[in-house]
Amino acid sequence: MADVPGRFGEYGGRYVPEVLIAALEELEEAYPRIAQSSTFKTELDGLLATYAGRPTPLTFARHMTAELGGAKIYLKREDLAHTGAHKINNVIGQGLLARHMGKRRVIAETGAGQHGVATATACALLDLECEVYMGAKDIERQALNVFRMEILGARVHSVSSGSKTLKDAINEAMRDWVTHVRDTYYCIGSVMGPHPYPTMVRDFQRVIGVEARQQMLDVEGRLPDVLVACVGGGSNAMGLFHPFIEDDSVQMVGVEAAGEGIESGRHGAALNAGVVGVLHGMRSLVLSNDDGQIFEAHSISAGLDYPGVGPEHAHLRDSGRATYVTADDESALDGFLYLSKMEGIIPALESAHAIAHARVLAPTLSSDAIVLINLSGRGDKDAPQVRDLLAARRSGSH
Amino acid sequence: MGRIESCFSELRTREERALVPFVTAGDPNLSATEALVLAIAEAGADLIEIGVPFSDPLAEGPTIQRSSERALRSGTTLRGVLGLVKNLRSKIDQPLVLMGYVNVFLAMGERNFAAAAKEVGVDGVITVDLPPEEGELFFDSLIEYEVDPILLASPTTGESRLAELADKTRGFLYYVSRTGVTGARKEIAAGLEEAVSMIRRISDVPVCVGFGISTPEQIAEIGRFADGAVVGSALVDLIEAAETPGPAVVAASEFVAKLKHALR
Repeated sequence: MADVPGRFGEYGGRYVPEVLIAALEELEEAYPRIAQSSTFKTELDGLLATYAGRPTPLTFARHMTAELGGAKIYLKREDLAHTGAHKINNVIGQGLLARHMGKRRVIAETGAGQHGVATATACALLDLECEVYMGAKDIERQALNVFRMEILGARVHSVSSGSKTLKDAINEAMRDWVTHVRDTYYCIGSVMGPHPYPTMVRDFQRVIGVEARQQMLDVEGRLPDVLVACVGGGSNAMGLFHPFIEDDSVQMVGVEAAGEGIESGRHGAALNAGVVGVLHGMRSLVLSNDDGQIFEAHSISAGLDYPGVGPEHAHLRDSGRATYVTADDESALDGFLYLSKMEGIIPALESAHAIAHARVLAPTLSSDAIVLINLSGRGDKDAPQVRDLLAARRSGSH
Repeated sequence: MGRIESCFSELRTREERALVPFVTAGDPNLSATEALVLAIAEAGADLIEIGVPFSDPLAEGPTIQRSSERALRSGTTLRGVLGLVKNLRSKIDQPLVLMGYVNVFLAMGERNFAAAAKEVGVDGVITVDLPPEEGELFFDSLIEYEVDPILLASPTTGESRLAELADKTRGFLYYVSRTGVTGARKEIAAGLEEAVSMIRRISDVPVCVGFGISTPEQIAEIGRFADGAVVGSALVDLIEAAETPGPAVVAASEFVAKLKHALR
């Protein structure tokens, strides 16, 4: 089954209204043909190097390593990529693809606004029209990112259906796509959605793992023992993991958002607490009740606040090649503060979940072990929220 | 012969077209839906589509989205909808078709759902987000229990795929009239007649046209070339505007009678 295009074990596929089948078939044909052409590769590599700031550095986390007293810890610095997160890798790839396919109108969904800002950025660069769907609740919570998208020339549509968050923004983007399918390119932000998106977004994010693998060999002369990355939809984790899949000695650990605790029901942990279901065009693990209704995810980090997960992660979980753990809101907030003080790097609250797990993991390993954390984004965007959370902590009302 | 097939064959004999109203089950509650379906069956509906509400209805426009939200707020579940069909089946003869999203059906299990649907008297199932290449187990289970899996085709469907869909569907083929979501529109989509004629040349399966159809004039136009027309959002709009179930039933039956008149 794993060899069928678009299938990862029992997951993946293409669960969409009939209107979209032709568009997905067009994309499935165009993507490999265009992406493998030397013109495309030259353009993409050029933009990643001269525009997005790649390769991003590998940083040895000296103080964290010393303080935790176990494995050596390295950070893959996606926070230093343009727009402050790994999202740019994917949108430059898909933006170029849209241009080559002759589609000048690009739509995207966004939760916290990171993928929306990245898409608006790529569209400004590549001279494409950009419209972004965002839940009404998220627009309120992330006003600054809405403004950034508008500065970059994008139109932001407020989505007030359903739970008014990311999952509803995806529904609305799909509705737009169904309506304007002939001239519109849908730029999905993670390794999710109908085939070929999970494969395509993974391929555009693999650059993270390809670089990190070589950088580890250059610095340490060997591969790391454990990779750690946060998982919402799962694009930064998949980008890091995928080039290491054949390296059996390398463990891969994804960290999901436990939110207020798995038992509270308020979390974003589809791999740890989800069921097999169909959402947003894919068969994967989803947060769904006994009647098949999707429930709202919760996390301190808007980027992990999604009730599904990319189908390839579900497959890696089942096959045992990767393991998936969780970190809750409190430990993520602690991880945010910890990395800031220890290394002078303010991580995104998403990435802070990976930091939180590494703090538990590293002390259990010997000093010659190596842990590589994907620092998927920087935390400037989270500063106002963290200020409020800390104020609440101090007054004891959290 | 299944109830849907007999329905279309009788209509063809009488040179009539099928009026297919859509209502969301449980909007605003299941007993109101039961009264509503009984009334529109009496008013002239030939076949009735009953929407199973879903939290993430990505092919629906605002009207049906709101309707699904009201239904979920009143606690409507798939089991509840099956109970509704059971009650209706003992009272009316028209074919009853469920329309919904695959996650809700899968949550019950393909075969369990097919068996339960058969038992209560569901005649067909339309799954908005399950193309045939992903739905083999589900559609085979339905066929095994003599429930018709009704497939959709759209303006972006190419000719060879149209032939495949026309071949695999049971009961009728649901032709989506436009690229877009559900919702009442002023104009019929351009090229609709040509598209339906193309299906006619390939297959003799009945074709019902839906999405965006809201007036007796549009219905009459579609009746010239298709076997039936689905009216959903325009009906749901009336139900929403009526605010309470009593007047909603009256408004809906008057509307359905008018639409059916246009098809005779």
